Amino acid sequence: MTAMSFVFIPFTFIFNDVASIYVYLQIMLALLILWIIFKKKDPNGKCKLTQEEEAELISKWQPFPLVKPAPKSHRGYDKRVTEGKIGKYINVNGINCLNLSSHDFLGLNEEKIIESSAIESIRKYGIGSCGPRGFFGTVDVHLELEERLAKFMDLEEAVVYAYGFSTISSAIPAYAKRGDVIFVDEEVNFAIQKGLDASRSEIKYFKHNDMKDLEELLLKQAQLDSKNTKKAARTRRFLVIEGIYMKTGRLCNLPELVSLSKKYKLRIFVDESISFGTLGKNGKGVTEHFNIPVTDVDLIMTSLEMAAASVGGFCVGSSFIVEHQRLSGLGYCFSASLPPLLTTAAIKALDILENRHELIDELQNVCCTFHQYLLKSDIIMNCFTLIGDDISPIKHLRLRNNGNNVQDLGSIISKCEHMNLAITDTAYLDIEKKTPIPSIKLAINRLLTNDDLIRVINILEKAVC
Amino acid sequence: MTLNNISSNETAKNIKIKKRITNGIINEDKNGLSNCETAKSCPKPILNGTVPKNKKEGSSKVALFTAMKTYVKFHILMFLDYINQIFSRKVVPEKQRKLPTQNGTAHNVKVSKESFEQPALHTALMTYLGFYILMFLGYINQFFFAPKVAREKNREGYVPLYDNFEKFYLWYVYRRVRDCWNRPITSVPGAMVTVKERVTPDYGWTFVFTGREIPSLNLGSYNYLGFAESHSKCADDSIDTLHKYGWATCSSRHELGTNNLHVELEQLTARFLGVEAAITFGMGFATNSLNLPTLVSDGCLVMSDEKNHASLILGLRLSGALIRVFKHNNMKHLEKLLREAIVNGQPKTGKPWEKILIVVEGVYSMEGSIVKLPEVIALKKMYKAYLYVDEAHSIGALGPHGRGVVDYWGCDPQDIDVFMGTFTKSFGSAGGYIAGSKELIDHIRVHSHAACYASSMSPPVAQQIITSMKIIMGEDGTNEGINRIRQLKHNTRYFRKRLHQMGVIIYGNEDSPVVPLLVYLFSKIGGVVRGLAARKIATVGVGFPATPLMEGRIRFCLSAAHTKEQLDYALEQIDDIANELGLKYSQKPRCPRPIIYGSDDDLDATD
Repeated sequence: MTAMSFVFIPFTFIFNDVASIYVYLQIMLALLILWIIFKKKDPNGKCKLTQEEEAELISKWQPFPLVKPAPKSHRGYDKRVTEGKIGKYINVNGINCLNLSSHDFLGLNEEKIIESSAIESIRKYGIGSCGPRGFFGTVDVHLELEERLAKFMDLEEAVVYAYGFSTISSAIPAYAKRGDVIFVDEEVNFAIQKGLDASRSEIKYFKHNDMKDLEELLLKQAQLDSKNTKKAARTRRFLVIEGIYMKTGRLCNLPELVSLSKKYKLRIFVDESISFGTLGKNGKGVTEHFNIPVTDVDLIMTSLEMAAASVGGFCVGSSFIVEHQRLSGLGYCFSASLPPLLTTAAIKALDILENRHELIDELQNVCCTFHQYLLKSDIIMNCFTLIGDDISPIKHLRLRNNGNNVQDLGSIISKCEHMNLAITDTAYLDIEKKTPIPSIKLAINRLLTNDDLIRVINILEKAVC
Repeated sequence: MTLNNISSNETAKNIKIKKRITNGIINEDKNGLSNCETAKSCPKPILNGTVPKNKKEGSSKVALFTAMKTYVKFHILMFLDYINQIFSRKVVPEKQRKLPTQNGTAHNVKVSKESFEQPALHTALMTYLGFYILMFLGYINQFFFAPKVAREKNREGYVPLYDNFEKFYLWYVYRRVRDCWNRPITSVPGAMVTVKERVTPDYGWTFVFTGREIPSLNLGSYNYLGFAESHSKCADDSIDTLHKYGWATCSSRHELGTNNLHVELEQLTARFLGVEAAITFGMGFATNSLNLPTLVSDGCLVMSDEKNHASLILGLRLSGALIRVFKHNNMKHLEKLLREAIVNGQPKTGKPWEKILIVVEGVYSMEGSIVKLPEVIALKKMYKAYLYVDEAHSIGALGPHGRGVVDYWGCDPQDIDVFMGTFTKSFGSAGGYIAGSKELIDHIRVHSHAACYASSMSPPVAQQIITSMKIIMGEDGTNEGINRIRQLKHNTRYFRKRLHQMGVIIYGNEDSPVVPLLVYLFSKIGGVVRGLAARKIATVGVGFPATPLMEGRIRFCLSAAHTKEQLDYALEQIDDIANELGLKYSQKPRCPRPIIYGSDDDLDATD
């Protein structure tokens, strides 16, 4: 208490010494300033309404309905329901089909060893983790998976998320904030688009895989920066790309992107959802494929829901970068952690990736062979354009005529289904950044044999006729 | 999943709040949405480049200094606490004490007994002072020692990736209590949990596992109904499903990721909630953040409770709607904002709003409070707004049938436009759902980001929910579900009453299984968590920036799996620590009679 009075005594002295009229003047002035400030903030600046007028306004107001009536028929209504295991074959609506629709490229869904370890995991940890990573949701298998992933990618640290979509959409806004600039390929997937939205940075799209366009944008940015160097010193610059683009099946031009990034000091974030486990000799993704040191890339973001055949996702990079997400990745901090059984499944998948390099070779062979088969088939090529690189496990078939695209695709797909081939057209929402062109998405599985591929081509040819 | 506010969170919004606080502007707008601009324009509080680089680490001089510093700091904190205790005994006269704030509101259905007792003024002062000392020591620390963290390589000339203040807070303030979070477990998060012991040789920079595994009483996991089990009907069913369906679908709902388990689960969920339809997603956080943008957009107004979870805030931010934040569970403030909004229309143009959505949670996971649903429904009807209820923590845990906050208040499910919830907590699984009218669910099926692009729910995870939900509904032919619900309720009442009697301040509703125990001072959060860990009780602490600076707290999550004996043990230990650290801040009269377990059964006609 005595300390308190010491603080207050000088104030009283001040008040005694100065003429009181001066103090009052000061207070009046301050009030006036406050009044001016608050007057401006008043929303409409109109005179106040009476209670009755307010009540009338409120009773008159009619809101829009919460939702507009949804279309009568849509793919979202569970028209194609599967049953049982998903692997090389899939049971769609009771028909056993060859599976060219699931993103399980390496066929790990059929590995017995993963199944048995997942069961062991249930017996040890139960199903859910019942908490976020901060609050007793960190199970030892999460730490093991993170350590293994970092080691596999030859990087310092990895961080595991509970959902593939949230991995990518949380990682980007953890670094990029308002005022930063992000250069993005216009064909990036929807998760990246949402991440960009959440970052509130300035987004600059360049044409798909067009390095010249990107360089032009970078030059423009450099000119802007030279005008305002103070601002430029605070503006972080990022480049967000995909290893293999989900929407086109094309590889990114990583060597050139890396050299541009070095030149213009961009930090590269690569979404390797498709390329992880499918590209490179050991399945390390697009950096290994192009033989580029993995440290040239700042952050690798990957879903575990594709080649790794589990659920969740991870980011991997140097500790300096990745560690930050443990406190800033929204989807990491505020979400329950990945169920232990799925974590164990991912660890086992990693075991297989590490010990059986031949799987990746096999997959790449199947992808390239199938690509050739598609190109060779005149009937298919008359009807479709094939989009995507030969090595990519995702291939898009776009109809050549621009007529009634979606319905035509639908009838082709259902014909295929009756001939025991499960394929799907790519699902898009109409709020995509760049209006997508409808296409059939073919996801290649390692387990497909040469005969299977020929069968697929035959079925597709029949369906098209 | 609505696990609100992890204390360790350095989210963008938290950083902003922090910045404001360092600038002397204390603003408790937790959503941090309306004030982003002001936060951004605040000057940076620290000088750039004061971190000396490459200081020798581990030299004896440095070690000596660290020791001295720790010693001094410890004494300052002790001294403060001492003063604090003197004040709490003598200085505050009886008449100045604030009356206990009982926010009890009468209803035709139920009376909500919720309490948010305010501490005495000097406790608040001490908390601020304690925090400033921590910050001050942090600055000194930063001046003399280089942090033991990774530095960026090969990126010379790049714009620095992080804010200086962000890193400062992380390295010199949060690091001191870093050991209280992210403690790895190695068992089922049931009533007991096995925690891996770890020690830090260097004051929180790094951790080393000792190899010991400590079985602890689990008061930290959201296992409300105790379905986190490894050997039970749920686990057996899930294993069967794993054999039949595998563990991953590797496709989205719009492509080929729907299997018959998803269809069954959605029908069951709709039946459980008493609504027409439901849709499920693979992750609870994503359920909020990826579906809210389909409901509101530019030209819509959202009334969001200030304690809403990060996933809701993210979803609303992505939607582009204007967000107004109302004070936590404060219906008067909500009404005022609603009136103003309708009368004034959209800012600038003055056009009427397209729609107004009120977003609330069932149980607020950091406050332990329960939404005043009947009043919200009345307001919603009066002002023609729509209502979105996030039942992440309340589904399963509240109500005589475990059907969440609607069941608890006895409201009509038709009055709620959008039900949202997660399966992570009461069902011991993962994922989330949205339920409501068929029209709404059809809309979400078609437009949801998660249904279109994110992979669907893993089959064994879905099976766990189906089995546990059937048990709760009594469809397995036993009383197990209802017994679990009753056990949780008894545990909650008993535990809360005993804590009240002890004289500590706890927040929230008497029926909420989330029990925040207020410790106020930042350093006490660490003290209590460590103390309880040493006594083999696993709890979590939450402090600034996840809570207001003033309100550091320890949070207990109760479970139907806890027995009375386990709770008694926990209470005994908490009492011990409360005496040791001086946590008995409550000025309310204490119940002199011994609390009897399960005694208020007959008081509730609904039970």
